[in-house]
Amino acid sequence: MKGYEVLFTGNNFLRLLSGLWVTLRISLISIGISLVLGVLLGAAMTVRNKAVKAVCKVYLEVVRIMPQLVWLFIVFFGITRSTGINLSGETAAIIVFTIWGTAETGDLVRGAFVSIPAHQYESGLALGLGKAQLYFYVILPQTVRRLTPNIINLSTRMIKTTALVSLIGVTEVLKVGKQIIDANRYDAPDAAIWVYAAIFFMYFIICFPLSVFSKKLADRSK
Amino acid sequence: MNEDVVIEVRDLKKVFGENVVINGISLTVKKGETVVLIGPSGCGKSTLLRCLNGLEPIQGGSVLLHGEPVEYGKRSLYRIRQKIGMVFQDYGLFPHMTVLDNIILAPVKVQKRSKQEVTEEAMSLLERVGLGDKAKSYPSQLSGGQQQRAAIVRSLIVHPDIMLLDEITAALDPEMVHEVLNVVLDLAKNGSTMIIVTHEMAFAEAAADRVILMDGGIIVEENPPEKFFRDPDTERARKFLSTFSYSR
Repeated sequence: MKGYEVLFTGNNFLRLLSGLWVTLRISLISIGISLVLGVLLGAAMTVRNKAVKAVCKVYLEVVRIMPQLVWLFIVFFGITRSTGINLSGETAAIIVFTIWGTAETGDLVRGAFVSIPAHQYESGLALGLGKAQLYFYVILPQTVRRLTPNIINLSTRMIKTTALVSLIGVTEVLKVGKQIIDANRYDAPDAAIWVYAAIFFMYFIICFPLSVFSKKLADRSK
Repeated sequence: MNEDVVIEVRDLKKVFGENVVINGISLTVKKGETVVLIGPSGCGKSTLLRCLNGLEPIQGGSVLLHGEPVEYGKRSLYRIRQKIGMVFQDYGLFPHMTVLDNIILAPVKVQKRSKQEVTEEAMSLLERVGLGDKAKSYPSQLSGGQQQRAAIVRSLIVHPDIMLLDEITAALDPEMVHEVLNVVLDLAKNGSTMIIVTHEMAFAEAAADRVILMDGGIIVEENPPEKFFRDPDTERARKFLSTFSYSR
């Protein structure tokens, strides 16, 4: 059997797609929760209270310093061991990616807020805008504009990093690919290149439009 | 009290930490008057303007607009600020809105005037400052001088009782300074009440009804322009003016 035929044998392609769906499900749920929590974290990081700032900073740095894989192991194996709660791999993955995404989103939100120059606030106030009007019409639209390209970039990074979750037993697209390759090791020894190429294109089809979109947005907001 | 007095400053004090920036300034501006504030950098003139519409807390004295106190942090400030137009050195146009949207934001959202009426007025004001064709442009598509003229229109359209212009040409190329200051000169001629902080002495002389020299947080000299620029009363004024002329 030729390598590429493996892709279309039986329901192999469908299996890859369902693996891709697992990848997307983990990513999208994590990104969604991260956005909500990240905006809150970002807002917390801009307050003057030193204690709040310090806590946020520690959280951010701790999350960033440790590789995502370590986090996955800690949450997946660690929580089960220490509490006896049996987390599914997918739940553990969503927890870890949310912890990570929240930290990164928070930092982006903070950055977007502080990058709005003081004169934007002052000229809004000088026009007689109230606090709520100032934020609604002047500050937030600019913040969202600066934020969107970065959030999309973060999303593509998160989607790609979900490949790690196969290491805690989640059958996402990469894992499915590996299973297909292993099952056809003798019939089609060169299946690997084709399966991985197919996976490459799947990631590409999802991430490329996103990065084009974010680049467009970034250019527009200049 | 005198109906003609628009803004009255009584013994104003402003301190940043240890640093006394304004050390007891009293000042009255009448309706239709153009007052030009000059002085060396750091003399407190920009800070004074910022105190006048409550962008800065003050540590002593008072600011009254038509007899009503302007108080930092008070709710009444939002209403009072609608009567005080302010234009800044760095324009402060909102980059995500067109020039027209920048201009009609405050009258429509704050003053609740009809969008159509405000748009018409905005267009005629833009026409007047030579920006009739720029209404739909975004600020980033405009030159600095054009942006600053748009910012002036944005302050004018709320029909303020007084305009505060804070070094509005300091960030501009020399050629653009002229186009912006001509707009201001036009306002002065038509009886707008203004306090202008500037480093452009020729403009100060042409626009001012009264020139005030500040130094070290106090008023050093206050005179009509013809007196101030020809024959100032104080040695300090003479010295300050001499820094603008060159001879070899």
